[in-house]
Amino acid sequence: MIAQVADQPFVRWDWIVDHVDDIWAATWEHIVLTAIAVGVGFVISLALSMLALRHRRTYGPITWVTGILYTIPSLALFAFLVPITGLTTLTAEIGLVSYTLLILIRNIVAGIDGVPASVRESAVGMGYTRRRLFLEIELPLALPVIVAGIRIAAVTTIGLVTITALIGKGGLGFLILRGLNLFYSPVGTTQIVVGTVMSVLLAVAVDLSLVGAERAMTPWARSRHR
Amino acid sequence: MRATCRPRVRETPEPMIELTEVTKRFRGTRAPAVDHLTLTITDGEVVVLVGPSGCGKTTTLKMINRLIEPTSGTISIDGVDVTGLEPHELRRGIGYVIQQIGLFPHRTVRENIATVPRLLGWEQARVERRVRELAEITDLGADMLDRYPSELSGGQRQRVGVARALAADPPILLMDEPFGAVDPIVRAKLQDELLELQRRLHKTIVLVTHDIDEAIRLGDRVAILSVGGHLEQYAPPEELLRAPANDFVADFLGSDRGIKRLSLIRIADIDLEPGPVVPPGTDVERARAVMAEYDTDWVAVVEGDRMLGWVTDDRLDGRSTIDGVDLEPFLTRLTPDDTLEEALDAAISSHTAIAAVFDDERFLGMITVERISREIVR
Repeated sequence: MIAQVADQPFVRWDWIVDHVDDIWAATWEHIVLTAIAVGVGFVISLALSMLALRHRRTYGPITWVTGILYTIPSLALFAFLVPITGLTTLTAEIGLVSYTLLILIRNIVAGIDGVPASVRESAVGMGYTRRRLFLEIELPLALPVIVAGIRIAAVTTIGLVTITALIGKGGLGFLILRGLNLFYSPVGTTQIVVGTVMSVLLAVAVDLSLVGAERAMTPWARSRHR
Repeated sequence: MRATCRPRVRETPEPMIELTEVTKRFRGTRAPAVDHLTLTITDGEVVVLVGPSGCGKTTTLKMINRLIEPTSGTISIDGVDVTGLEPHELRRGIGYVIQQIGLFPHRTVRENIATVPRLLGWEQARVERRVRELAEITDLGADMLDRYPSELSGGQRQRVGVARALAADPPILLMDEPFGAVDPIVRAKLQDELLELQRRLHKTIVLVTHDIDEAIRLGDRVAILSVGGHLEQYAPPEELLRAPANDFVADFLGSDRGIKRLSLIRIADIDLEPGPVVPPGTDVERARAVMAEYDTDWVAVVEGDRMLGWVTDDRLDGRSTIDGVDLEPFLTRLTPDDTLEEALDAAISSHTAIAAVFDDERFLGMITVERISREIVR
C-alpha cells in the first residue's frame, strides 16, 4: 500500500487544471465565511466593548464569558449546535463568530484605554460630546491596536473555517475533507494540498492587506520619526 | 446667553467669572478639595491661581468649564449660571489649555487648530482663514500646518495648543499649568508670547501654576490658595509682595520677595532724583559741594534736559570752572519703561553706583541703589 502511494504522483496537476472552477468556488466560500464571521464578530465586539468601557464592572464578566466560548473545542461546539440550528451556514457562523469575540473585545478595549488621558481631557474640555469623542478621537487612535486584533481574528478564522467542512460548509476545508475521504489516492492528496496551500495563502493575503489598510488609515503613526 | 455671544466691547470692566461660596468635596474624602471659595474675575484680566499641590487650584479651574461639578455654590459667567448650560456647549465657548497640551496625534496641526470651529459647524473657508490667522498670531510657520504633533518640538506644540484654544475666539481662556512641561528657556519665551498675545487680544485668562514666579510674571491678579482650597490672598502681584496678608503668603512668596517686587515696578512709577548734576559754567567749588552732598567722587554736567557727560573729582584740580574738561558719556542708560530690577543691576554694576534715566535723548534724572532699596522696604 505504502509502496503503491510512493509510486504515484503526490499532486496531480491535471486535476488542478480541470478543477479550477471548483477550487475558486471553495476559496470564495472560504472568504465569505471568514468575512461574515469577522464582520459580525467585530460589530458584536464593538458593542460589548462600548458597554465594558462605559460600565467598567461589566468588563470582567464579558471577558469571562467570551473566554469560555474561546476555549470550547470547535468540534464539540458544532456537534452541540447541529441539533439546534442544523447543517446550516448559521451553525458555522455561530461557531466562527464566537471565536473572534475575545480577541476583538480585548484589543478594542486595550486600544481605547491606550488613548492618552491628556488627549481625552483636552477633547472633552473643548466641547466634544461623548459620541463624537468616541468616533472621532478614541476610535481612530485605537485603530492600530484594533487592527492588530482583527488580523489575529481573521487569520484564526481562516484556519477554523476548514473545520466547518464537517457540517457541510468549509470552503477550502471541503476540499481537504473530500481528499481525506479518498484516502491517499493521488486525487485525494492533490485536494488536501490544494485546500491547505490556498488556505495558507488566503491567510497571508488577508493579513498583509490588513497591514496595508492600517498603514493607509494611520498616516500620523508613520511620520513619527521623520 | 451663550458665552460666545457676549458683546465684545465694554465701557467699564465688569465681573466676568464669579465663583460664589464654591465647595468641592470628592467622593470618599472627608476634607473638601475646595472650601467655600469666593472669587471674582474681571473682564480682560489675567488671574493666576497659585498654591502648593492639594490646594485645589486645578479643581477650581475645572469647575469653571464643568469638567468637575461643584458640590455646592455657584459659578457664573457674565451673570449666567454655568450649570444652566449644556456642558459641551459651555466648553466650546471657553478656550482650554492643559500642561500635556493633549494635541490630537492623528490630526495635523491645521486640523488640531480647527477643532472647535469644526465642532461649531463653521464652513470650510472660514475655518481655513481662521487657522491661517492663528498660525500667524502664534508664530507658527505655514509649513508647520500639515505636520503631525509628533513632528513638533515642545515649544511648538505649546503654541499649537494655544492657537487651538483661541480658534473660535472665546472670551475666556483657561490654562492649567500650560508651561509646566517645557524647559525654563522655552518657558520664559512662551510666557512673553502669552503676555504679548494678551496685549493684543484682551482675553479673560485664568491660569493655574505652582510656580510663584510665573504667577507674578503673568498675573494681573494672583490668588494664593492653601491646602483645602482656602483663599489666602487675592491681589495684584505688586501688592502681594509689598503686603502679604499672612505668614502663609509671605512664606509662599519666598524670602526674596523684595527683589521679586523690583521686577514689577517701572522706573516711570517712582520719583527720580536729579543726582549730582550741575549746569555748564559751574565753578569747581560749587561742583565739589554737589559731590559732597551726594557722597560721590564725580559730577555730571547737564544743560537744560541734555546730559553732556560726567567727570571725576581729581580731573577738576587746578581749574576754576568745569567748562573745558573732557566729559565721559553714560554707558548704561535706563528708560522709564525699565523695571527697578534692571535699574538695580545697572546701578550696582556701574562705576558710579548710580544709573541715569533717559527718555530718548532727554535726561530725566538719576536712580541710586539707596533709592531702590527705599522702594523695597516701603
